Amino acid sequence: MKNICFYFQVHQPLRLRRYRFLEIGKDHYYYDDFQTEDRLKTLVDQVYLPANKTIAEMIRSSNSKFRCAFSISGIVLEQFEQHYPEVIDSFKELAKTDCVEFLAEPYAHSLSSIFDASEFTRQVKMHSEKIEALFGKRPTAFFNAELIYSDAIGELVSKMGYKTIMIDEAKQVLGWKSPNYVYTHSNIPKLKLLVRNCKLSDDLAFRFSKMSWIDYPLTAEKFIDWIEKMPEDEKIINLGMGYEVFGLIQSVQTGIFEYLKALPYHAMEHHVNFVLPSEITKKFEPIGPLSVTYPVSWVGNDKDLTPWTGNDLQQEALSKLYAVGERVRLCSDKPLLHDWLMLQSSDHFRYMSHKDPYGTSYDSSYDAFMNYMNILADFLERVDAQYPSTIENEELNELLKTINQQEIEIETLENEVKRLKSKKPKVDTEK
Amino acid sequence: MFGWEFPPHILGGLGTASYGLTKGMAMQPDMDITFVIPKPHGDEDQSFLKIIGACYVPVVRKENDWNYVNQRIGSMMNPDEYYRLRDGIRYDFRRIHTDDLGCINFSGRYPDNLIEEISNYEAVASVLAHQMEFDIIHSHDWLTFPAGVFAKQISGKPLVIHVHATDFDRSRGQVNPIVYGIEKKGMDAADHIMTVSDLTRKIVIEKYHQDPRKVTTVHNAVDPLPDANSFTKTPRKNKVVTFLGRITMQKGPEYFVEAAYRVLQKTKDVRFVMAGNGDMMNAMIDLVAKRNIADRFHFTGFLKGRAVHELLAESDVYIMPSVSEPFGISPLEAMQVGTPSIISKQSGCAEILTHAIKTDYWDIEAMADAIYAIVKNPAMHRSLQELGRDEVNNIRWQDAGLKVRGIYESVM
Repeated sequence: MKNICFYFQVHQPLRLRRYRFLEIGKDHYYYDDFQTEDRLKTLVDQVYLPANKTIAEMIRSSNSKFRCAFSISGIVLEQFEQHYPEVIDSFKELAKTDCVEFLAEPYAHSLSSIFDASEFTRQVKMHSEKIEALFGKRPTAFFNAELIYSDAIGELVSKMGYKTIMIDEAKQVLGWKSPNYVYTHSNIPKLKLLVRNCKLSDDLAFRFSKMSWIDYPLTAEKFIDWIEKMPEDEKIINLGMGYEVFGLIQSVQTGIFEYLKALPYHAMEHHVNFVLPSEITKKFEPIGPLSVTYPVSWVGNDKDLTPWTGNDLQQEALSKLYAVGERVRLCSDKPLLHDWLMLQSSDHFRYMSHKDPYGTSYDSSYDAFMNYMNILADFLERVDAQYPSTIENEELNELLKTINQQEIEIETLENEVKRLKSKKPKVDTEK
Repeated sequence: MFGWEFPPHILGGLGTASYGLTKGMAMQPDMDITFVIPKPHGDEDQSFLKIIGACYVPVVRKENDWNYVNQRIGSMMNPDEYYRLRDGIRYDFRRIHTDDLGCINFSGRYPDNLIEEISNYEAVASVLAHQMEFDIIHSHDWLTFPAGVFAKQISGKPLVIHVHATDFDRSRGQVNPIVYGIEKKGMDAADHIMTVSDLTRKIVIEKYHQDPRKVTTVHNAVDPLPDANSFTKTPRKNKVVTFLGRITMQKGPEYFVEAAYRVLQKTKDVRFVMAGNGDMMNAMIDLVAKRNIADRFHFTGFLKGRAVHELLAESDVYIMPSVSEPFGISPLEAMQVGTPSIISKQSGCAEILTHAIKTDYWDIEAMADAIYAIVKNPAMHRSLQELGRDEVNNIRWQDAGLKVRGIYESVM
């Protein structure tokens, strides 16, 4: 029996406004509200609301057999709360059915998992608290922004208590292996890896309405048939994509919603199940470990980090931004902390890519970089005003080091106390 | 081919483009090019084409003996060829003032009696059309259009014209009707029109009412600089931002000054250089003084040859805020020596460059922002420098030459 695990990513950055260098130090508002809201409105009208409605209907018509998971970034949740609370409501409705799972991700849809481990931990915590507050359940499965994964990230995620993490089918990782099994982290066996089935996911996301595609038109029947005909022991098919596939990339006229609606019926007819990521972890045994030394993502053919970190501009911007992480986290200035999150969205760095600036509204990668750097310059000045850099930077580091070391020391001492306590009675009985 | 300028004695971009294009085309082994210019100086590079000076072509039959002709023009043209061409005189051009050899004295520049010189050039073309063997006629810019048209009428061979600029670019809309008339007549008679950018193509279609199917863009390229590495940048405390070109309305120098003023409000360690000459130079000096930035602003006057590349290499930013630029080869030259360029979107070269900053010519805020970003951000400078150089080195004249060849074959 086959199991389909659907998950969708919902994210939109706060668009930055045109910020000229003469404004540095004078104006601290960085966002283009009109553009952000305009884009959001299109998405809400064409994607989020109709797609949620379709999924609710699928759950109802399949008698709660249809299941899927969502990864919604904290940034976009804030935008919904501000402009379109009805979207939050419609997600809440879905949450009530118990057929929907919400995944954890870094709050700001950031690259912090690569550049700043403590920021990453902080954002994941923030995000799961937000999800719990809104939808009543704390996530147990993890979906990193842009599906970025490496062994080191897996370790961080596992430390935070997550048992499942999504990764993409990258050739450099899987080689000849099939994505349709459960794998584990290379040295933490309790962290399960769910590998996205790239071909089937992209069939749906990008080829669905392509008339030149050999398998056009893709019907639900055909799709389920493919899945059913897969080798006997390949039991799990992970299908992950951006939520905007439904209604925007594949517009309503392509029949994507009708396709979705037909899916549960054909699935049930062929005994194909739908499962949630957290259910997989409980029900299925992993087949073996996967080792991922260099980070992978779900973008492009190379499945690496080059769309965000591939050129000098991006590296410069990222290094300048994450250099102040420690100091920003010491601040208590709320607007500053908010800007810190908003400036971390991976999208800003994607716009600086020469080759693949997906979703950009800038004329060129240089234009994106100039604007971002002007804003960052102002932001860094504000951070400086709170915690002056230069000499005190070292003092600050020293202080932080002592604090961190103290924590570790306390922890080890506590462990020792526990160990001694548990040892003591044993010694008694032996006597 | 009919041209007006050929290196090393050039007055504008036309000569450079003519040279590059013919050199690129000459790489095709079955291509023989004869290039006619009004007045050669004798030091032109003739290794890949043959140059005929219009001022050595007889248009009025005069009897001279071989030795006398040899003594007069032997260094520029074989006397036998002179006699052969003399047999091609079929019309009575005695109304034109000629010298003792029956040749017209051309200035080869842009004199006040330019219109007269253009029609004299036409007379020369008639002689050549009767006596030379060729498969196609290629005319560069409006100065040579009448010559090309006449040659086509005489020989019946197809005419291709190459538009390097139109009068709409030169005059910011104040078109000279005589020039427009010559341009339009040439375009109407041509079998195919080549333009140096899509921008110019659009003007040719819209303002000169040409059939879009007859107009093709052949972007200019840039000659590789063999000694690019010999130009070095002296490390200095102040960054240098350079404007290089004629200081005229078309080039938008006032936008450069205004952008400079904005940059200097934020940072003091930048210097601005305006190299070139032109009718707006004094107005610009006034403007600089009025903005109170004269201590950071330098005028060098007209530069030539190696000095151009030296200045470009010494600069941290090259800026070309042209209001209307059919192509604009100088940003490519700047990028060859590793200087990041800021160009206006109204420049033809913006169509083929990715690793240059493009702004609207009037958007001084954006221009100032770009200057600031490049001088303050090493990563930005480095990216534009390295990627820009690679990009420019891949824009080659031989590819343009192949495109021209394709057009020739379509009309032959």
